[in-house]
Formats: sequence, structure tokens, C-alpha cells
Amino acid sequence: MTTPKPPCFPRFENWAEKSLLDLDTARRQGTKIAGVFCTYAPLELVRAAGAVPVSLCGKKQEPISAAEKHLPANLCPLIKSSYGYAVTDACPFFAASDFILGETTCDGKKKMFELLQEIKPLHLLHLPYLQDDATALAFWVDQIQRMQTFLEQTTGQRITRDRIQREIHDANRVRRLLKKIAYLASDHPVPLSGLDAMRVFESSSFVVNLPEFAGLLETLVQELTEMKARGVSVCTDDAPRILLTGCPVGKGSDKVLKLIEDSGAVVVCLENCTGFKNFDLLVEETGDPFEALARRYLRTPCSCMTPNQGRFDLISRLTQDFKVQGIVDQTWQCCHTYNVEAHGIKKLAEQTLKVPFLHIETDYSESDTEQLRTRIEAFLEVVEMN
Amino acid sequence: MLHIDHTGVVAGIDIGSRSIELVVLSPTGEITRQARLPTTFAPLRQCREILMGVGARRITATGYGRKLFVENDILNPCDAITEIQAYALGAARLYPEARTILDIGGQDTKVVSLGPEGRVLKFEMNDRCAAGTGKFLEIMATSLQVPIEEFGDFALAADKQVQISSMCAVFAESEATSLMGRGEQPQNIALGLHLAIVERTMAMLNRVGLEHPLCFAGGVAHNRCVIRLLEERLKTRIIVPTEPDMVGALGAARYCLRKETGQ
Repeated sequence: MTTPKPPCFPRFENWAEKSLLDLDTARRQGTKIAGVFCTYAPLELVRAAGAVPVSLCGKKQEPISAAEKHLPANLCPLIKSSYGYAVTDACPFFAASDFILGETTCDGKKKMFELLQEIKPLHLLHLPYLQDDATALAFWVDQIQRMQTFLEQTTGQRITRDRIQREIHDANRVRRLLKKIAYLASDHPVPLSGLDAMRVFESSSFVVNLPEFAGLLETLVQELTEMKARGVSVCTDDAPRILLTGCPVGKGSDKVLKLIEDSGAVVVCLENCTGFKNFDLLVEETGDPFEALARRYLRTPCSCMTPNQGRFDLISRLTQDFKVQGIVDQTWQCCHTYNVEAHGIKKLAEQTLKVPFLHIETDYSESDTEQLRTRIEAFLEVVEMN
Repeated sequence: MLHIDHTGVVAGIDIGSRSIELVVLSPTGEITRQARLPTTFAPLRQCREILMGVGARRITATGYGRKLFVENDILNPCDAITEIQAYALGAARLYPEARTILDIGGQDTKVVSLGPEGRVLKFEMNDRCAAGTGKFLEIMATSLQVPIEEFGDFALAADKQVQISSMCAVFAESEATSLMGRGEQPQNIALGLHLAIVERTMAMLNRVGLEHPLCFAGGVAHNRCVIRLLEERLKTRIIVPTEPDMVGALGAARYCLRKETGQ
């Protein structure tokens, strides 16, 4: 059975390739390209400096063996893959980048960036680990201002408050649209599978022209709304409704998402960095734009923060909003913060939300696919009987 | 496709990594036939072989080969369930009082916490390697040159406990080799290997939150040493079915009967 797709969907599937052409054109016009790895990078500031932010590759298994020449094998696949792409020069986005924005979310990445800066100019954003603390906010505002200085020096453009405000407005518009698209799966019929939703969300990290992308998202909203009105669904009425949380997933690192949907369930909600974490929070459009950016990005409910109540609150809210029947927490091997936090999320799911929970720790390889299939199918059997 | 009978009998087939089991149930749920064949490298041919002359009205497949069976349309109507559900249903049919089922098979270990009527409440399963599975025992038995069927009794003849720390089949084998090099009795080494499996199984039982009675099934439940060590660690008797590797096929057949009667 093929999943029904909205007519504009192929444009999202080809978006990364198209963005490469756009990047090429932009570069020839003198625009600087910023390679980013993480949801913590305040992209509004990058755009306000006239530069274009793009996500760097790090979701496939292939470059990992090259990375393991320098990095330990028992490190998370995301870091190894990212580094592998960089050292083998196999990521076109990395090649197109004039500089890299790194962030100190975890120890592995922090040390990996020390190696990476030997290949490309790199600006490191130091994160505090507390979210609701005045000194942490002040520290993070300072980090964002340092990033401003770096960007101004690199691009030769002055970042004005007006320009940041405009970029905040445009970025919020995209966030609202992505959220609207996500929420179309909050009740039946579900017009977009989890796998396809992931593709749409992922394309938002390869955008040269933000208003153009927002226009395409509006078309998608319209088409999905029409599909919903006609009762078109990607799944049967009784398909278990799953929320996927944990480490970021994307094209290439989506085996768990695929296994869930191949087994007859539907991932109605992606809570991870490529999903809700990325577009749930808006930036205030009034007041000091630096502080507004700092407040918003610092609230990202990532497990590198401690405590990280935000993730628990978000999962609770989304479980209700999306009528979730099962929670799958997918973490990458050796991702200590997410793997440890899985214990708390399990308690939240089973004891507070009363929803069956499955924790999967895996990597990008296919070696455990059949065992995972059995575990996921058995989990769905439990969900169906629940 | 094989011939379909309309007598109302249903079947469950468990296509595991080592062997294929079949259980046929009458419309009232009585076991009318059971059989076992090795899986070999031609599992579909073995499935057809085991089903020769059975003529079930409907069949449910489980085990690693469940998808292969369903996709090849060997017998219709047909569906598939996981081993986790199959062992739960099978154990509950044999021992309704069981609250936990442990299944150590050829490739993996599963622990299921059971609700009423064989409902799966929670489960744990090893994901990635042969640690603690039948395969682990098989590799070790080969390395000590003992037939796998006798490996448990061989270990029970030990006169002292030696420690094997590694659960990795390759590292455990090299630990065993170096112990032999130091003149350790092979029976003692075998016991150490069994202890290592039981330690790992205990950890998995504790993760699920073990409740008694515990039913131990799957191929490794034939091993008397594993049974005895588990009972020593748990300080209580455990239930071991007479034919522990039939439990999955029985559960699948039971699921099939429910489908057939629409319950």
C-alpha cells in the first residue's frame, strides 16, 4: 500500500537538492554560509548578518568508519557521522559552509568541535546548563552577543536591531506553519505519516529564502486540510498513535520511525529536535531582540539541560493533544543525557500519563533491525491491548 | 498453497532460528498434534514439510520467520504475532497462575510480565548480541567439545565455581581457553559459563519486576544446569514445561483459535 501524499510533497523531498543550487547562487552573490549542527544556534542572528544557515550532514552510517580513525568507537553515531562527513569531505553543505557554528550541548560534541576547527573556521556557543536562572540567562545573552561580533566580522555586515526583529518575525511565521502542519495529525484522519512529516520538518533546516519556504508550507497546510476534509488518511482508523521522543532523527537515521510505521502504527507526533523542540517555542517579537532570542533558545527542552522539566511538560502536553497511545523514546548509543533521562520519561509515561512506553537504544547501523522489529511489534501489541 | 480443511482445526507455527515447532488445536482448544523440525537454511521448505497433511483451517505464525511465512502465503488465512505475545499466550494456557515468563531461545532472551489471560503487561528483550542466549551456550559447548544436549549435565558435574566475567561469546571463549590453559577442569569452566548466563538473566528479570510464579520456556529451558542455578538464585521453584520449546507455537495456535472464533 502506498501512503497518500499531498501534491506539493515532492517539492519537500527534493528540497535539500534544490537548496544546494540556491546556496551556490547565494555564494556567488557574496553571501556567507553558516554550517550548523544543533537547534540551539539562533538562526535569526545568522540571517540578520546576511548569512544563510544550513544543517550539516550527520545522519548516515557511511562516514562513521572514517571518523573512528580519530574518534572512539563508543561515541554517539551522530557525532561520529558528523565528523566523518567533515573529514571525508562528503557533505556538500559542509563544503559550501564558510564557517561552522558549534554549541557545547554535550562533552562528545565539545571535544569533536576542537578537532573540527582544524578543518573549518568555527565559532563555539557555550551553553549554560540551567534554564530558569538569571545568571544563566545573562551568560547566554553574552554568548549571543559574542556570536554577533563573530558574525559581523565574518560577513562584514552590521547586524541591526531592526534586521533581527524582521528575521524573528519571519522565523516565527515558519514555526507557526510547521506547528500547524504537525497538529493536523492530532486527530483522525491523519493526512501525513510520521516519516513524511519528518521530511517536511527536516527541509526547514535547508532554507535559503525563508519567505519562499513559508509560502510552500502554506500550500502544504492547504492541501493537507483538504485531504483531511475528504477523509484521506495515511493509516487505518485503529492504527496505534505513537509519539516519538529522544535523540534527533532524519533521513538516514530513521530506521526506528520506519519500523514503527511499517508495523502498522502511525507516528502522530515527533517530539525530538527535528520535530516539536524546533518549532514549539516562538521568539517574542517585542523588546530587546537579543534577550528575546536568548530566552527562547535557552528554553529548548534538551536533555543537556539540568533539570529538564520542559521536556516532561512538553511530552505531557503533546500526549494529550495528539491522543497518543504509546511513547517510544529512541536514543543513540552513548548519548548519556538522553539515555539517563529515559528512566524519568518511562516513569512519566507509565505512572503519570498511563501510556505504554518503549525505550530503544540503537545506532545508525542495520545490525539490530530484526530484533528491533520484534520489540516494536510486541510493543504495539501491548498498545493495542491497552 | 497447501490444502485447506474445513474441520475447524487451527494451528500455530513458531519459526525460530534453530527449530520450527507446530501445534494444532481442535475447535475446543485441545492439542491434537505437535511437531518439530530443524529450521535449516530452507525455512520455507521446512514449514511446508511440517504442515504436510495437517489441513488447518487457519494458522498463526510467530518467531523470526513469521514475516517470511505470511508473505509467502503458505496457508491462508494466516497472520503473525511476535514471540513475546506467543510465549505469553502459550504459558498462560499451560499455567494460568504464572505471572512472569522467561524465554531463552536460540538468538535472544525475553522476559514478559503476564496479566490475566496471557496479556503482555511489560517485556524486556536483548537487542544486539548472543550474550546469554542458546547460541552462546552452543558456542561454548562446541569450544569445550561437549554435545549441546549434554552441556547442562556436564556443568552440573563441576566440583567448584570459577568466574567467567565476559558475556561476549568471543571474549568468554577466550576466558574459557585461558582457564583451560591454567589446568582448570572443563566441568568447572562449563559451570562458570552457565553462571554467567544466569547472572545476565537475573538482571533482565529484575528490570521487568519479577513476580512469581515464573515459567521458564524456550530451547534453553531443556538445560538442567540453567534451571538449577536460576532456582538457587531465586530461592524458589520455577515452572518448566515438559516441552519448553513448544510454548510459542502453542501460544500462536491459541491466538489463531481466538481469531477463528472471533473472541
